[in-house]
Amino acid sequence: MKKTIITVVGKDTVGIIARVCTYLAENKINILDISQTIVDDYFNMMMIADMSKSLKPISEVTDDLDRLGEEIGVIIKCQREEIFNSMHRL
Amino acid sequence: MINISEVIETNKMIEKENLDVRTITLGISLLDCIDSDLESLNKKIYNKITSAAKDLVAVGNEIEKEFGIPIVNKRISVTPIAIIGGAACKTPDDFTAIAKTLDRAGRDVGVNFLGGYSALVSKGMTKADELLMRSIPNALAATQLVCSSVNLGSTKTGINMDAVRIMGDIIKATAELTKENDSIGCSKLVVFCNAPDDNPFMAGAFHGVTEADMIINVGVSGPGVVKTALESVRGENFEVLCETIKKTAFKVTRVGQLVAQEASKRLGIPFGIVDLSLAPTPAIGDSVADILCEIGLEHAGAPGTTAALALLNDQVKKGGVMASSYVGGLSGAFIPVSEDQGMIDAVNAGALTLEKLEAMTCVCSVGLDMIAIPGDTKATTISGIIADELAIGMVNQKTTAVRVIPVIGKTVGENAEFGGLLGHAPIMPVNGFSCDAFVNRGGRIPAPIHSFKN
Repeated sequence: MKKTIITVVGKDTVGIIARVCTYLAENKINILDISQTIVDDYFNMMMIADMSKSLKPISEVTDDLDRLGEEIGVIIKCQREEIFNSMHRL
Repeated sequence: MINISEVIETNKMIEKENLDVRTITLGISLLDCIDSDLESLNKKIYNKITSAAKDLVAVGNEIEKEFGIPIVNKRISVTPIAIIGGAACKTPDDFTAIAKTLDRAGRDVGVNFLGGYSALVSKGMTKADELLMRSIPNALAATQLVCSSVNLGSTKTGINMDAVRIMGDIIKATAELTKENDSIGCSKLVVFCNAPDDNPFMAGAFHGVTEADMIINVGVSGPGVVKTALESVRGENFEVLCETIKKTAFKVTRVGQLVAQEASKRLGIPFGIVDLSLAPTPAIGDSVADILCEIGLEHAGAPGTTAALALLNDQVKKGGVMASSYVGGLSGAFIPVSEDQGMIDAVNAGALTLEKLEAMTCVCSVGLDMIAIPGDTKATTISGIIADELAIGMVNQKTTAVRVIPVIGKTVGENAEFGGLLGHAPIMPVNGFSCDAFVNRGGRIPAPIHSFKN
């Protein structure tokens, strides 16, 4: 499994999750978990996704999600899970 | 499984607190390039560097994108050139030709800096060592990426005062040749006591002769992260303070370890060390001085500064050591003046002097760093400053260094502008009393005794 963490931060509007999920589905990226919270009035969403069957490499997905974020008016980041594991798990 | 608050914490460190990997430095041995013919030596050096480092920048950028962590610099360090050029170089100009080759190779592979235009003369100088040292002013004026360092002393050998005297002149000459740009050449020149073989940071990086053919060393950073963490424990006692620094240093270092292992795997080059240094930049909020203020000082330089820095440095190491499988390089808090806005503010406020900075270097790496001094400072005075700083390293069995910039045409009250990561610096006053007779004695200071420690 190639786990990646996708985060969306910005002002809450209708359809953010739908747009991101549609993109992921089109590229055969499987969502394993979704959670969300509000920090300082900003909408924060985190998805754990499995990219092992992804049609595109992670660098391309990162660029696509960057553009999608700009369209919706939020910041979308896609990062490999290891950076969080190494920092927060022994 | 990772939870959302952990993800938010990591991304906040990166986006708001300037967490980054300061450098991936590829160490390359040039020992197999040695040749008695200068032209063929230059050719071999160029070919070795450009083939070894051809993917370095691309791999760095790839890791940066996949993990979402900025990697600010990609650098190269090479075997000290005085060793490599010894057989081929008969004049300082021959060495300068090698510097130009290094610069060209560095530019062609797209790195930010290339270190190793160096000589190791802690006990004595060979003819080649001296030729290289004499070539430094021209070499640094004629190149952009090349960084130079000279190891002038060690705990085991003492201090080579002949070389210290020469380096006073060389620093002045380097300043003179780059006076149009506030003597910026001196920002690429550092002298050491106990120089490490695996330091990834510039200007002092070189690939020691005890190292493998190629190696990946990584330097982490994150003063802003430590400062922010400490904001949440204001007024708490030293135990809480130290625990907070340790935990933060652990997290920061783990990112460095991850990046180092990834880079090593992708480049097929063994992982060397992670350097646990807290390295500031001129960006607001990326300052070691700000951490000292957060610990409880009005300005860096106030009474208590040396103690605060000692505990900070020690806790960073304690947290970092467990986070990485191999720790090395300089591994200490850097206190460069021009590269740290908090330090600049402290100097401008009159809180921080050259003498206090010297005291601070007794408890942390890496020495008097990026300090602008008046352009009319005598060469012997610079040698005296160097001798003092190296004595601290020699006696305390630690690395110390001097990177001072005599800014030609400027004096106390004025500012030197270096730009980029090198920042800007108020020119600091230097004690004007003479040390000519001391510096001009010649010979070496013997190694210190290693027993009777009191």
